[in-house]
Amino acid sequence: MFAIPAFHKLQEQIQAADVDDVQRSLRADHLHAADLAALLSPAADNYLESMAARSAAITALRFGRTTQIYAPLYVSSFCTNRCTYCGFSADNKIERRILSLEEAEAEAMILHQRGFNHILLVSGEAPAKLGVEYLEKFALRLRDRFAAISIEIQPLSSEEYTRLFAAGITGVAIYQETYDRITYGQVHMSGQKCDFDFRLETPARAAAGGMREVGIGALLGLADWRAEGLALGLHLAWLRKNFWRTGLTVSFPRLRPAAGEFQPLVNVTEKDLSHLIFALRIFDPDVGIILSTREEARFRNGMVGLGPTRYSAGSCTAPGGYSNPELTGEQFAIGDHRTIDEVCGAIRQKGFDPVRKDWDAGFQQHSLPL
Amino acid sequence: MLKIAGRKFRSRLFLGTGKFSSADTLKKAIEASGCEMITVALRRVDLNDPSDDIMGVLDRSKYLFLPNTSGARDAKEAVRLARLARAAGSGDWLKLEVTPDPRTLLPDPVETLKATEELVKEGFIVLPYINADPILALRLQDAGAAAVMPLGAPIGTNLGLITRFQVEIIIDQARVPVVVDAGLGAPSDAALAMEIGADAVLVNTAISVARDPVKMAAAFAGAVEAGRGAYEAGLGRKSSEASASSPLTGLDFIKG
Repeated sequence: MFAIPAFHKLQEQIQAADVDDVQRSLRADHLHAADLAALLSPAADNYLESMAARSAAITALRFGRTTQIYAPLYVSSFCTNRCTYCGFSADNKIERRILSLEEAEAEAMILHQRGFNHILLVSGEAPAKLGVEYLEKFALRLRDRFAAISIEIQPLSSEEYTRLFAAGITGVAIYQETYDRITYGQVHMSGQKCDFDFRLETPARAAAGGMREVGIGALLGLADWRAEGLALGLHLAWLRKNFWRTGLTVSFPRLRPAAGEFQPLVNVTEKDLSHLIFALRIFDPDVGIILSTREEARFRNGMVGLGPTRYSAGSCTAPGGYSNPELTGEQFAIGDHRTIDEVCGAIRQKGFDPVRKDWDAGFQQHSLPL
Repeated sequence: MLKIAGRKFRSRLFLGTGKFSSADTLKKAIEASGCEMITVALRRVDLNDPSDDIMGVLDRSKYLFLPNTSGARDAKEAVRLARLARAAGSGDWLKLEVTPDPRTLLPDPVETLKATEELVKEGFIVLPYINADPILALRLQDAGAAAVMPLGAPIGTNLGLITRFQVEIIIDQARVPVVVDAGLGAPSDAALAMEIGADAVLVNTAISVARDPVKMAAAFAGAVEAGRGAYEAGLGRKSSEASASSPLTGLDFIKG
């Protein structure tokens, strides 16, 4: 089981790093946790340019001059958790919706027609309304039309992940939100999500269930971003050791304005976010790094090729929002409103190939009888 | 001339198509490389979509299209993907990649052998990607592989021919062509592989990620030709002792 050191210990380790540590870590071929701590430290703040260059070179070598493209598909905004930062929090007075399988399929077909081949199904956490059965049925409807289907929903058991994998879902995103137990307890007021350890063990359950790809992440704006970065690095390294067959991704969503008037507890700037991305890339050359439409077009354009490997595009965070753009009840307001074609065009302009298909349902046994 | 499964190739440089900045750059790099065999990850293309950008640049009358199973975790997945691809018109040729570790992308020898046995039985022309393991190469050859493709170094590392000693044994023993695949980071690496007797090399990252991929493709083409030329001409043995090129002392004093 993955044991995370106390958050203040991580902070102390980071604060103890000096310029010599940073330089040594930047020269190293294989980085250890201590190197990641150094690269995340205030002593590394003046090395952002060098880190960006190293990060870009590693990214090119491991991922090439390409950026993967995907879209989220929100299927339900019902949620039994009360979380201070989230638009779907049970207390918030928003219009709640769960899409019927027919409505969800219509949303998926819009994304398909727009040229998306990789989709991420997202929902609030309300297992009684949206559980494994719904996702299984939905995946079976979609799998012949999409190269890859992932989910970002409530934590499940290994057996449930195995069942969904068999239905054609190949990836799971499950973010710890914050690796600081104290803050975690403060922002998660009630619901299953209050259980820090159950959530922390979810990526391992997804990997054990046979998922090809597991995404972990921290929601920036809750606690010290430097320590979140180190915790993520430790979590990644542990997952790599224990589940060597599983592909891993990280994401650092920054808190955006949402219903409930929550203000970020700590300020995380674009510079901080870039710093985190570069450090994690140098620490783990092979991890997929996601940069979503939470960030503005200007920043996303600038970051192409510097570390992130996967961009969402044309996103709507309200269930049913692709069919009915006027719908309200989104999870958060997005920062990049461009269409998929505009995002792909901008990526091409940077000399990168926007990749819409990088998987094939044919890998698995069930799609077509042979 | 290089011959694999009865087909002749003038060029001994094979190209991978991943990691390029655009289909257009890929097309120009292919042309500059002079290669005739091109491998494409089935996960990246939609064989049923006529507007697929990568398939669009591959003139299949000029190049042999070698689909690969990159991403397959075991024999079952690789075999399944190969069958689907052939059903969609990709042909009989297949670069078999079974890479269960998404980080290093190192090939699984056990599953690769299993998949080769099955695919050969089904009439595929199988070119398996393997670690530089001489015994595995022999086992695959016995199983009917049309060539073996040992790695120079792990994919995307540009580390060069760090498996040289093992590759030399493979070349020495093999009845089928040996194609050094993966890890070649510079034209000199490719030249070295050819000098020691590899039948061909497959290059991707070093070309696609170069500042000027088209120029790099041409550079690799030149290196492959030079390396092959040197192999055919017969390289002198390396020695740490100096030896005069015109020996001063003959052996004509020996009688009988």
